[in-house]
Amino acid sequence: MNTTLTHLPSVTLPRNDGMPLDLDWVASVQANTSAIERRAKTLPGRRSVKKDYQAAWLCKAVSCIDLTTLSGDDTAMRVRRLCAKAKQPVRADLLDQLDLPELTTGAVCVYHDMVATAVDGLDGTGIPVAAVSTGFPAGLSPLHLRLEEIRESVKAGATEIDIVISRRHALSGNWQALYDETRAMRDACGPAHMKAILATGELGTLRNVARASLVCMMAGSDFIKTSTGKEPVNATLPVTLTMIRAIRAYHARTGLMVGYKPAGGISKAKDALVYLSMIKDELGDRWLQPDLFRFGASSLLGDIERQLEHHLTGHYSAQYRHPIG
Amino acid sequence: MTVKEIFETMDYGPAPEDASEALAWIVDQGAAFGHFINGQFTEGRADFETKNPANGNVLATVTQATEAEVTAAVKAARAAQPKWAKDGHARAKVLYAIARLLQKHSRLFAVLETLDNGKPIRETRDIDVPLALRHFYYHAGMAQLMESELPDAAPLGVCGQIIPWNFPLLMLAWKIAPALAMGNTVVLKPAEYTPLTALLFAQICQEAGVPKGVVNIVTGDGAVGEMIVGSDVDKIAFTGSTSVGRMIREATAGSGKALTLELGGKSPYIIFDDADIDSAVEGLVDAIWFNQGQVCCAGSRLLVHEAMAEDVYARLKTRMQNLRVGDPLDKCIDVGAIVDPAQLAAIKAMVDANTDGDLFQTTAPDGCFFPPTLITGLHPADTLMQEEIFGPVLVATTFRTPSEAVQIANNTRYGLAASVWTENINLALDMAPQLASGIVWVNGTNMMDAAAGFGGVRESGFGREGGWEGLSGYTKPRSTPKALKPTVAMKGDSTPTDAIDRTAKLYIGGKQTRPDGGYSTPVFAKNGDLLGHVSLANRKDLRNAVEAANAAKGWSKTTGHLRAQILYYLAENLAARAPEFAARLDAMQGGKSGKAEVEASLKRLFTAAAWADKYDGQVHNVPMRGVAMAMKEPIGTIGILAPDEAPLLSLISLIAPALAMGNRVIALASSPFPLATTDLIQVLETSDIPAGTVNLLTGHAADIAKPMGGHMDIDAVWSFRDAATATTVERASASNLKRTWVNNGMATDWTQDLTKQVLLHATEVKNIWVPYGE
Repeated sequence: MNTTLTHLPSVTLPRNDGMPLDLDWVASVQANTSAIERRAKTLPGRRSVKKDYQAAWLCKAVSCIDLTTLSGDDTAMRVRRLCAKAKQPVRADLLDQLDLPELTTGAVCVYHDMVATAVDGLDGTGIPVAAVSTGFPAGLSPLHLRLEEIRESVKAGATEIDIVISRRHALSGNWQALYDETRAMRDACGPAHMKAILATGELGTLRNVARASLVCMMAGSDFIKTSTGKEPVNATLPVTLTMIRAIRAYHARTGLMVGYKPAGGISKAKDALVYLSMIKDELGDRWLQPDLFRFGASSLLGDIERQLEHHLTGHYSAQYRHPIG
Repeated sequence: MTVKEIFETMDYGPAPEDASEALAWIVDQGAAFGHFINGQFTEGRADFETKNPANGNVLATVTQATEAEVTAAVKAARAAQPKWAKDGHARAKVLYAIARLLQKHSRLFAVLETLDNGKPIRETRDIDVPLALRHFYYHAGMAQLMESELPDAAPLGVCGQIIPWNFPLLMLAWKIAPALAMGNTVVLKPAEYTPLTALLFAQICQEAGVPKGVVNIVTGDGAVGEMIVGSDVDKIAFTGSTSVGRMIREATAGSGKALTLELGGKSPYIIFDDADIDSAVEGLVDAIWFNQGQVCCAGSRLLVHEAMAEDVYARLKTRMQNLRVGDPLDKCIDVGAIVDPAQLAAIKAMVDANTDGDLFQTTAPDGCFFPPTLITGLHPADTLMQEEIFGPVLVATTFRTPSEAVQIANNTRYGLAASVWTENINLALDMAPQLASGIVWVNGTNMMDAAAGFGGVRESGFGREGGWEGLSGYTKPRSTPKALKPTVAMKGDSTPTDAIDRTAKLYIGGKQTRPDGGYSTPVFAKNGDLLGHVSLANRKDLRNAVEAANAAKGWSKTTGHLRAQILYYLAENLAARAPEFAARLDAMQGGKSGKAEVEASLKRLFTAAAWADKYDGQVHNVPMRGVAMAMKEPIGTIGILAPDEAPLLSLISLIAPALAMGNRVIALASSPFPLATTDLIQVLETSDIPAGTVNLLTGHAADIAKPMGGHMDIDAVWSFRDAATATTVERASASNLKRTWVNNGMATDWTQDLTKQVLLHATEVKNIWVPYGE
């Protein structure tokens, strides 16, 4: 077992092995959209993090980023460049001043074909490689191929697998099918940790988001994740609130901690702070570590780098002063 | 802590709002304030200090107004009023200018408010100030529309306005904006704890071009409030405690001053078993920990379905531990300082005195802070379930069924607001009309906007602030009333014209009953003939009538269509006996006007019947995805001291619209001419009007006015007798703060159709907020 597991829940927390599908619980779930939106809308006005605290929180956000490239034109060199950035996400001189020289991102997230390259690029760093699997992003390839893809990715060295759920099962209310399929994927993951992507932008209602969240946790997901980044609407605060409240309910019932990953649409340092405060207030401090929280983001890091330089110098920064990934 | 350490702890850290601008403003004013009278600030006297409750620092000294200063302010307002009332467009421009300036200086207002009051900057910045300026924008529009949309409305004149310390600027806006829009001028007194934003507002008035004398602000404590109440104003608008409201009601009784009261509350917050529990728990944060719970409409009484109670309490306790209590100028604080050590002591005393239930508290810093508190396992019989605490203290109990939830929710002297949490729209919309409150929030709490009226029922007061319904508190019908001439009974000798004794009985609960006292009085014709006797009702007959009326609650739940049918039928039956009624009226009153009076009465019945299913509510245009439904609800049981003059027409003009809206009535018939009313009993008996819906008494107003005014199970009293009766009714009405509508001894022309005025008094607007979205 390589050292990358230091990022994973199993080190300090019992892994979520799931539970039998509890349809009564799923059916009883409520999510009042207007009330959830109100909470989400007023939170940024209720929480504010300033000066050194803001710098520390932004560094925390960096440590939780799944630095991601998921493009048709990805090449090995492109992925290596990304890995280099994951190892040194913020300029060394800035990190030295912050006294956080070891800061890295949470993981690097790539397509299956790039897993081996990423593993090699991150060798010796402890940074895990996450692979998007299961016919990403639509999840409509044959099930046996999707399961096989997981196994291949794990074999190639991915220690985290981001799977996509079959939206059609959630939309048609076939929770058993969703459970069974997700369970099979979890089995295929073996020791690798599974992040279940709900594609919340395609689930229609927050109630469906809450139900799908519960079913995926019952099926043994280590993380639940909002989106592929390819849906028209990706991570939002109301969706986040709905999903983390499901995580909280699951924890209250089972004692197990499931992680959360918002993905897509979070590109500003300020937004990252709001997400972190929502996690802190709704789930608690324990969830503010990379073993239970990740940002699926590619452009967020650039904005954080500029904010950190501003913090340290008192001058607004420029993008070109920070190395690209 | 170093960045590295914070990286591990992930604490929030301090996020202070800069107060230097606001403090500099205070210093610029010499940190000593006078009043704002006739467009000028008076020289300040250091009569009392206003402090920052978060740290006890003195912010400035403020002046306690003298009688002469209050008089000068009222005089300035009086002089300015006629010209101010002339041009709605000019008023709109001024109100718009105020709104713009509030917006421009919004941060200064927010910081100053937080300094003076102790509430979190998050609230002043995101709620108080935006709502206040919204109120001025909204009412700029009302000033513009008054001429075209309210052609029959005239301003009241000078309004005395007394506001509390919990929302100093917002309450000022709620008072001043509608008053000014409708062409009134004002003398406003901010609370002694929190005068500063009102004084900054005075400066804004100077900048906005408010004509001198239109807005006057005098500072001081309750003694100054008393001076305003006793001064030469046309209206008192008060927001504050129920006990002070009661004193004002007594003090203004019979003065002819219009009155609106926005008082205390113990608002229920009801969570059903199908609610989104997490959202309901989060809602409680905004219900009871908003503004440290110092909110009249705070959801302070939690009612949870028995099946969910433990789950709700557990989640609530977890949530409470995340509430950040402390420096209100910190942008990351949820609960700030209590307004004053005296208020803190009052909260503490109430909580300490309670030995029932289970107490759960988080922590609060030393100083003028009180920790968020939850007391579960209480029952309606516990003091804390009944009394307003006005602090961050939530009390909780359970219920089994929706009807029990209604029963517990309504088991209170108050009736300001209510929250209902359920995902079942049938249940939500069934609960809303049943709750005794002026406001119902479905799956939400503390939603407020200028476009929707705010105000309560029962001892939470009367009048609405905001919306079209709020304007009636600042207008009166355009008319020039004359003094009412007494109507005297005819005299005669007691010789009966026929041998059969004719003593009309009282009509109570659908039955003709003998008076409790066993006395009667003769009624003579103009020519001195004895027409018959009528019973003399006393307070026990009134009591019985109230019991009957309250047993007839079903009438309020009938459809407008049914009530219209019954009123038409009543008209039909009266028409069948029109000549007999006309003759009776002529015999009692003399002259030949009886026929016309009966015909006019029939018209009034038709008009009331017509309105029964057409006096629609509104859906207000509030800034949210959802509807705010302004439903017109019946007042309940209305006691009417019907006029002495035009005995049939005036009675029907009043009771028909009241009935059409679903009220039950107890009317004292014209004392000199009661027989048309007692004849009406037979018509009522044959017209399908349910027993107890209409109760008719005869006798002397002097016997009935006081017990009627004071009866705590009557919801409104209307008096159209002499001025003394009006005074008696209004003074007695303080018992339960019932609505009153009195003539103050002025005459009413009953040949004019006043149905729309009556409808206004026969209904109360309930605003039901229903946010939606899936």
